[in-house]
Amino acid sequence: MTNATPTKTTEGLPEALPEAEQALAALLDKMRGSVAMDAKLIGIYSGGAWLAERLAALLPGEHPVGFIDVSFYRDDYGQKGLRAKVATTTLPFEVEGSRIVLIDDVLYTGRSVRAAINEIFDYGRPEKIELAVLVDRGGRELPIEATYVGARVTVARELSVVLNRDGDRFELSVEPVTGEPRA
Amino acid sequence: MLRTSPNPQLNADGALQHLLTLEGMPAEIIERILDTAVPFVSIAERDVKKVPLLRGKTVFNLFFENSTRTRTTFEIAAKRLSADVINLNVGVSSTNKGETLLDTIDNLVAMNADMFVVRHAQSGAPHLIAQHLSERQRDHIHVINAGDGRHAHPTQGLLDLFTIRHYKHEFSKLTVAVVGDVLHSRVARSLIHGLRTMGVPEVRAIGPQTLLPTAVEKLGVRVFHDMRIGLAGCDVIVMLRLQSERMKGSLLPSAGEFFKHYGLTADKLALAKPDAIVMHPGPMNRGVEIDSAVADGKHSVILPQVTFGIAVRMAVMSMLAGG
Repeated sequence: MTNATPTKTTEGLPEALPEAEQALAALLDKMRGSVAMDAKLIGIYSGGAWLAERLAALLPGEHPVGFIDVSFYRDDYGQKGLRAKVATTTLPFEVEGSRIVLIDDVLYTGRSVRAAINEIFDYGRPEKIELAVLVDRGGRELPIEATYVGARVTVARELSVVLNRDGDRFELSVEPVTGEPRA
Repeated sequence: MLRTSPNPQLNADGALQHLLTLEGMPAEIIERILDTAVPFVSIAERDVKKVPLLRGKTVFNLFFENSTRTRTTFEIAAKRLSADVINLNVGVSSTNKGETLLDTIDNLVAMNADMFVVRHAQSGAPHLIAQHLSERQRDHIHVINAGDGRHAHPTQGLLDLFTIRHYKHEFSKLTVAVVGDVLHSRVARSLIHGLRTMGVPEVRAIGPQTLLPTAVEKLGVRVFHDMRIGLAGCDVIVMLRLQSERMKGSLLPSAGEFFKHYGLTADKLALAKPDAIVMHPGPMNRGVEIDSAVADGKHSVILPQVTFGIAVRMAVMSMLAGG
């Protein structure tokens, strides 16, 4: 937790964000032995998709990976419209009867997760859905909790926590909130 | 005609307010529509072919001119977005009782319409409706032109662009031929504007003198009267429907004569590039503008055009209706 990402000082801001690779190791620790050996991983674009790929390679067992873009299921479409780049949801496996781990980089309001669960059910009825997140920043607006959490942080409302990729390595940073929908 | 601002299709923020024509439509908006259509294609492959974006919205299909196919694809697009769709064949209802176009619109607005999909024999009718809504400050209601007179058919142009990009990946190196009755074709007009805007370096119009608009070169198009010369080196061939009523006048001698010179046959197709694609907006006249063997052959992407048309219309509707 020492590798701080420099941020603009804001009242109530933590001294440091967790180091992303350490958070990933902590998340893996919690998932190992608990996630079913045949669980299918579904990453939410874009940070969750990167995370799902890395987890699939690191977790014991065989884990097919799918990706979901929740744009068509978001509850703020009426206020904000569609994002400019909507990715294609790709679930290259049977959802019906599957054990699924939904994966996102940052858990905040819970609205993306709600949208993702709705979309998954349009592909079939899974046996079980768990939720794994790299970072839980609190601030929930829906009764949703993660099954597996890599790290917990407190960040001011006007900032968003962003996962970046540098080659194979993950880094976390904070950015001012844009008009884009919140996680 | 009837323009209040340089581009009444865009709102003050430069976002899409209505879809009336591809003429003057910025390339970024066209590109965004095409990009947005991509994820909608795969929705049709799921068990549940529906997303909740337009849940609770009411879309009126106003067809003052018949078109089963276009109306059906708009209806499917709206339903796959979870909208409620009302189909009005206005040609056979209120206008016969003397109601004006704008009175019809006002009545449907009073029924809480959110979107109008309009086809009309009169060029400019969708513009007129858009302008009327703007004057009444009904900015939350959107208009999509589903074909007006000889003027424009922008969603057909967009689905043609989507199909071309799907098979050819980029526009910047292509030679595209539009063949047949360009004069009467709003499909051709919309496509030519779109192709030019997206940077296609060579657009060709191939047809007899009597079926090409006199100023077609002004659109940035090369004209060919000999189809065999015009098809040489083409990546994309767009065949237009020859409307049978054209044959009754003095524009053409006969369907057989037209087919001989401008019908797409395997031997004429062989003059284009080996990987050329063949498109047609439908409905086809087999044996008039296109030979059956070509329409059903391996170069034909005519049926994928129909499938992509639904995704493109979903993209347009969801870009219009979002906040």
